[in-house]
Amino acid sequence: MVGVKSVPSPAISADDRSHEVDHPSSEVALFGADQPLRLDCGVDLTPFQIAYKTYGELNADRSNAVLICHALTGDQHVANVHPVTGKSGWWETLVGPGRPLDPARYFIICSNVIGGCMGSTGPASINPATGKVWGLDFPVITIPDMVRAQAMLIDRLGIDTLFAVVGGSMGGMQVLQWTAAYPARVYSALAIACSTRHSAQNIAFHELGRQAVMADPDWHNGAYADRGIHPHRGLAVARMAAHITYLSDAALHRKFGRRMQDRELPTFSFDADFQVESYLRYQGSSFVERFDANSYLYLTRAMDYFDIAGDHGGVLAKAFAGIETRFCVVSFTSDWLFPTSESRALVHALNASSARVSFAEIETDRGHDAFLLDVPEFFDISRAFLQSAGKARGLTGKND
Amino acid sequence: MSVQEVLPFNGLASEQSGPFRADHLLVAEMVKPGSKVLDVGCGDGDLLQLLETRGIDGRGIELSREGVNRCVAKGLAVVQGDADTDLVNYPDDAFDYVILSQTLQATRQPKIVLENLLRIGRRAIVSFPNFGFWRMRLQLLIGGHMPRTENLPASWYDTSNIHFCTIKDFVELCDEIHVKMERAEALDLYGRPLRLRLPWWVWNLFGEQGVFLLTRGQGK
Repeated sequence: MVGVKSVPSPAISADDRSHEVDHPSSEVALFGADQPLRLDCGVDLTPFQIAYKTYGELNADRSNAVLICHALTGDQHVANVHPVTGKSGWWETLVGPGRPLDPARYFIICSNVIGGCMGSTGPASINPATGKVWGLDFPVITIPDMVRAQAMLIDRLGIDTLFAVVGGSMGGMQVLQWTAAYPARVYSALAIACSTRHSAQNIAFHELGRQAVMADPDWHNGAYADRGIHPHRGLAVARMAAHITYLSDAALHRKFGRRMQDRELPTFSFDADFQVESYLRYQGSSFVERFDANSYLYLTRAMDYFDIAGDHGGVLAKAFAGIETRFCVVSFTSDWLFPTSESRALVHALNASSARVSFAEIETDRGHDAFLLDVPEFFDISRAFLQSAGKARGLTGKND
Repeated sequence: MSVQEVLPFNGLASEQSGPFRADHLLVAEMVKPGSKVLDVGCGDGDLLQLLETRGIDGRGIELSREGVNRCVAKGLAVVQGDADTDLVNYPDDAFDYVILSQTLQATRQPKIVLENLLRIGRRAIVSFPNFGFWRMRLQLLIGGHMPRTENLPASWYDTSNIHFCTIKDFVELCDEIHVKMERAEALDLYGRPLRLRLPWWVWNLFGEQGVFLLTRGQGK
């Protein structure tokens, strides 16, 4: 989260963003006509590509691979300077030397999801059949589709079993989908601030965001790329609304209160008089510089469709029957987007499946975004969980 | 059930050995190596850690968030939950043993909890403070106030222990719900087993706590 002091906006052009779509500043795995991605909607996506980053080295018996799944607006740049924004990696609090996920110990992989806009095939990519940007012709994708694509990448990297799959929010949904779809390939799973299904309230917020994008006259039914424009205003409003859901009343009050922005008195206008308004506007405007509006529509839709129990006859425990994966589920007290009750329902289902599960609720007033912030108790738990799983897996590290 | 049916205690060192509590050592000794155990009300996870050193696959439930987080930070598989409400979510026969250590008296429905323990686990190990302990009786008889001890220091108005019982009460409850006792122990104030084979009333008077290994009885 960025403080209210406005950070000088890096010189980002639309070209930087669109360049990353097809030519990402990271490794890329290409999948040709012989390896289509079979999507839940019935379409075979081919050809397609997955952009990914790796940190650390794969050990000799290929047992130390960790897959990080990013959240809605994240990408593969977990622990390096972002090629578009110039900011540090989005999860450097968790990943890096001396951190719970230390590249000296693990081979860490993070890929941009299918449908994203940082190098994996998505609505902003060129449709090879037409030579034009996919736009709304891109098939609707789901969380299981994202995971299926990741599994193809993991195959390509020659890895059979992942030591851990880790993610928060939409990343946590992917973690759970991994365990449900490929239980034998996931030794341990760290699912943070997430749920096995998207709630009605969350679908409602996503619909609000999508409608904001679609209401922007620059959206042009998703065909804005052909016109060389981007629905900045709609996407910024979507981001502002969503950003509120990532925080909490207490955190907003603590950070901003009713303080004024660079002024003593109200201007009696619709300027950003309040610091909180200025902060939200900044969040909106910086987001549109790095994110594609159609991609936002597709990824929010994927989250809305997510319902593991629905895919298993309505009984969540069936999704995890007989699973041997070690789980750690983490929630945050002030997270009202993915509240603790959702994690608890997951834990009950895992218990009913006799899965090995730890569940901790972390006290914090920082809301859903807490998983991206410096919350020591969360790191202690993540570190201990990964270390004990590593011990059981026979991974040795210099920190042991 | 009579005291003659109860197996005599055999073999555990009565001294505090190493970093583990004597009552935990006794409980751990009742668990067969290689089995799967659920510790209900596992606190800071000391017993689970002890079981882990013996190659036992342990899981825990703990009510307090602080306790859970300390357990998870130790690498233990512990979830935040309530014995009264969350045991119903566990399937039948999920564990070889379910342990309820010093927690029965804090549950709202001890009888239902006990029944759940023996539904989820093939065996249950239950320990609880004995309200029939002579010092308890003396405080009530002579002092005329609700008993407080080193192990149970809370006042009546702020204790979480709402269902105290005596060893005798517990044995009667086990009979009533057709639970079979495989083994019973009474521990003194320092958590050491009373070594002699004594009649129930002596245990009920001199045992500061009771530890019971239970199985499902017939006739249910």
